[in-house]
Amino acid sequence: MSKSYEELPLTPISDTPSTVNLTGLWRVMRPVVDKSKCKKCMMCWKYCPDAVIVLVDGVPVIDLKYCKGCGICAEECPSKCIVMVREGGE
Amino acid sequence: MRMVMTGNYASAYGAKLARAEVIAAYPITPQTSIVEKLAEFVSTGELKAKFIPVESEHSAMAACIAAQTAGARTYTATSSHGLTLMHEVLIWASGARLPIVMTNVSRAMAPPWSVWVDHMDSVAQRDTGWLQFYCQSNQEVLDTIIMAYKICESGGVMLPAMIIEDAFILSHTSEPVDVPEQEVVDSFLPAYSPELKIEVGKAMGFGSLVKPDQYMEFRYKAMLGMKEAHDRILRVEQEFKHIFAREHGGLLERYRCEDAEAVLVAAGSVAATAKDVVDALRDKGMKVGLARMRTFRPFPQEEIRAIASKVDGMAVLDRSYTFGAAGAMFTEVKASAYSGQKRPIVKNYIAGLGGRDITPKILERIFEDILVFTKRGEESDVEWVDVAGLPRKWR
Repeated sequence: MSKSYEELPLTPISDTPSTVNLTGLWRVMRPVVDKSKCKKCMMCWKYCPDAVIVLVDGVPVIDLKYCKGCGICAEECPSKCIVMVREGGE
Repeated sequence: MRMVMTGNYASAYGAKLARAEVIAAYPITPQTSIVEKLAEFVSTGELKAKFIPVESEHSAMAACIAAQTAGARTYTATSSHGLTLMHEVLIWASGARLPIVMTNVSRAMAPPWSVWVDHMDSVAQRDTGWLQFYCQSNQEVLDTIIMAYKICESGGVMLPAMIIEDAFILSHTSEPVDVPEQEVVDSFLPAYSPELKIEVGKAMGFGSLVKPDQYMEFRYKAMLGMKEAHDRILRVEQEFKHIFAREHGGLLERYRCEDAEAVLVAAGSVAATAKDVVDALRDKGMKVGLARMRTFRPFPQEEIRAIASKVDGMAVLDRSYTFGAAGAMFTEVKASAYSGQKRPIVKNYIAGLGGRDITPKILERIFEDILVFTKRGEESDVEWVDVAGLPRKWR
């Protein structure tokens, strides 16, 4: 049953951060990094619109719990070390 | 202290006296000298506030939203294209129930390119959930900013407010303004302390997702806030009058409306000119009055209805036009007027777009015109005033 307007706060407020939404579940294409080709230029890290790339020793590690698979990192990578592969595919 | 200042400086002094804590603004055209003056106040330490110059008006409002959510009293100013660029975040500010106060210097939208007065920018924001005050003097600009914080920060209201200054006629014209003492303003306007705000160490999401089973209830609450604003505006103004010994007319300022046969409804600086015209016509024995629409939101529905029940004719002057319909103020005035028993003749006059002067002569002719229409009992249409090429001469 919905709450009466009188019981609600002025604007919806949640006590959980939006990190509970595992947006990685939306993904159709998954980025795969070939670390041997990485030049540590940080372009993928800079362009990621969801800030799910962390750099470990300058090399990208993508948090697949939240990566939506947009492919911008693969598009921007100058050394083409990120490729997109279909989820659940071969 | 009495000082001579422009409407823009009156806005800056208003925000300073209200002790705005965060001012976020886009510093380039169409920005005005409002935030330039505020930046000066902050740099000299006269105002203890954080001044954030941002890269767009959209960002300016977004920064105000964030700061206000953290419990700061915020202020910004913009004009014309800057205001319309803010549109998306204006709706966010009201939905998040943040009592942000902003000045909009009302200017025409392009093309044709213009920098002069026209209400299209602010009228186009009427559905954003902001209170809108249209001012007629620089004193009113300063006073209304201080009052707006007190009106909006009330628990029952919690909505943002836009103070509208007509470009150049108020914004860049100097007038004597009484600048009240800081201690007196402090006694009238207490510090901002919202019930809910972002707190360090406490995870909270503001304005989060709700499903269709709960969305309408939040909109209903915002509607109640705007309804409460109606009474709150009147109460706060009485309190203001008690302390500062001046008032500005509530939601709808009535000037010589008692026993009037016809009244002019108008908003902004033109209303000040219209008062002189009303005096001149009264001297000639014509029973006319002025109803100045000080707030377009909340709309002064009861007040318009009360006037409509007594007069035979109402002339509504819109300084903007809603294409495909009529003037927005006219449409709403007529709807309110016709919900009563008596239905006066209501006619729309579109005038003064893009800074075209609305002279006393033109206003006199509008009064004469509405009286003729009223006498004939004619159903009226929208009349564009003072357009070159149209047969009717207004000057």
